[in-house]
Amino acid sequence: MTASSREVYRDAVLDLLPRDERLVCLDSDTGLFDAAAFPERYLNLGIAEHTLMGAAAGLAKSGRMPLVNTMAAFASSRANEAVKIDIALNNLPVRIAATHSGVSAGHLGPTHHALEDLAVMRTLPNMTVVVPADGPQTGTLFRQSLRVKGPVYLRLGRNATPELPAAPPVTLGLAQVLRDGSDVTIAACGPYPVLAALEAADTLAAEGVRASVLNVHTVKPLDVATIAAHAQRSGVVVTVEEHWRNAGFGAAVAESLAEITPSLVLRVAMPDAFVPVSGGQRYLTERGGVTSAAVAAKARSALGRSPR
Amino acid sequence: MTTTIDAPPAAGTAARIREHVVNLCAGPEGGHLGGSMSLAEILATLYTRVLRVDPLDPASPGRDVLLLSKGHGGLALYAALTEAGFFPADRLAEYGRPGGEFMAHPHAEIPGVEMPSGSLGHGLALAVGFGLGFRLDGADRRCFVVMGDGELQEGSVWEAASVAAAQRLDTLVAVVDRNRLQITGATETIDALEPLADRWSAFGWTVRQVDGHSCEELEAALTEPPAPGRPTVVIAHTVKGKGIPFVEDQPRSHYAKLGERQHAKALAALRRGAAS
Repeated sequence: MTASSREVYRDAVLDLLPRDERLVCLDSDTGLFDAAAFPERYLNLGIAEHTLMGAAAGLAKSGRMPLVNTMAAFASSRANEAVKIDIALNNLPVRIAATHSGVSAGHLGPTHHALEDLAVMRTLPNMTVVVPADGPQTGTLFRQSLRVKGPVYLRLGRNATPELPAAPPVTLGLAQVLRDGSDVTIAACGPYPVLAALEAADTLAAEGVRASVLNVHTVKPLDVATIAAHAQRSGVVVTVEEHWRNAGFGAAVAESLAEITPSLVLRVAMPDAFVPVSGGQRYLTERGGVTSAAVAAKARSALGRSPR
Repeated sequence: MTTTIDAPPAAGTAARIREHVVNLCAGPEGGHLGGSMSLAEILATLYTRVLRVDPLDPASPGRDVLLLSKGHGGLALYAALTEAGFFPADRLAEYGRPGGEFMAHPHAEIPGVEMPSGSLGHGLALAVGFGLGFRLDGADRRCFVVMGDGELQEGSVWEAASVAAAQRLDTLVAVVDRNRLQITGATETIDALEPLADRWSAFGWTVRQVDGHSCEELEAALTEPPAPGRPTVVIAHTVKGKGIPFVEDQPRSHYAKLGERQHAKALAALRRGAAS
């Protein structure tokens, strides 16, 4: 285990804030930050997510780059209209650090789960949507995100997740190719989905099936070129995500590929249902069927139905 | 022209704002007539007597910021902006025409429009951000937010009002266009706002109440320095549809498409009003 993505993000903020005059850390009483450790550019606006987003827009319009802190559920659903109208419509450089995404809020329950946020955020014009797959990538992608002109949604988790094995460096906007194989393409988004994809690739390799594994940490803009290149070769794509199956990451991949290449896209995603039980992030994703076994099974079934 | 020779500048501008609004409401789409007419003196006073803005440089760094949170007052804002010199009046002909940038609710592409608006309850939160930015910059700037009274039924207004007071944003001035009507009737019968002044006071704001059709009273309230650490709200008591007797103080004035006869009648009423 490494540090959680929200802790890595927080440490990056602590490092950057004193050195970058543009940055203002706007909090909604998340408890992520120790106010005493900050200079004047940390402001806790209280439990007021609409005002948080609106104020971020006003601050950005007056020349700053606000780092907005709340939970993914509140960023994407409760404050959605302010994100849409005040931030996205004006294409303002606000970074929304959305913690507790997916089911990482675990036993806090469905009010605190965010399984709709990718769908919500990726449909907004001007929005960049980033989903780091582990702690170290979070730091890199967050720092890279400061160079994006418009708003950025950074999807973070509550607790530590395993660090990915050694991999090529991440670049915002480009899918990270973790394995290269011609039989099947596994495109994954988020910590446990990427781990499930890697494990499934190992399982499939033992069966003689060569799989590509793509860590698609940037959902918007989607690196369609890389995904399509792998899809054209394999003809079969399995997507993996910690998000409701409707309109999420897999849907984004399917939409894009449908216009380019006749590949079969099968989604491994959280079912179209609220999660009614306690459990940690790994338990709840596996309970929802987001497992390496499910990925491998989809790949096997797809290989028999490939258009190639 | 409706301006009389000895009219103070803001009142003359208000009269011209009304004439523009009436003309726009006679266009192909009609428009938000009542709530634009109630705004005329508020916007006229702000643009002629209060705001430090430069129509030749709408994004100048030290400018004051005006946010029209009641975006359905867009026609009055367009009229005020063209009167202030932000764009030529002939651009108003784009309103409601296919491909025109002038929509019922203001879009930020229009010179002088700081932020788009239309969905109610957004302006005050935006203003909190501007106020925080001014403070961080150590800038001598103010942010004025013009809101409708019906808009105050949105919970987000009070969320932002609370944050503004907690953050001690004394560079922030809210103006409530208190015309007492919303689309289907009186605010007090639908979701009562009174005691409105007490509500703002309880949220930590300094409250000033004025006749919203008196440019002198508005100017005094809008230019008086704030109580240190407290945001200010100016409750401007107005009449929806002000200036056109056949729609004044009637909910149906909210949106109107004036036919040829009504248009002429409305212009005549405005001229009579300006002359009286």
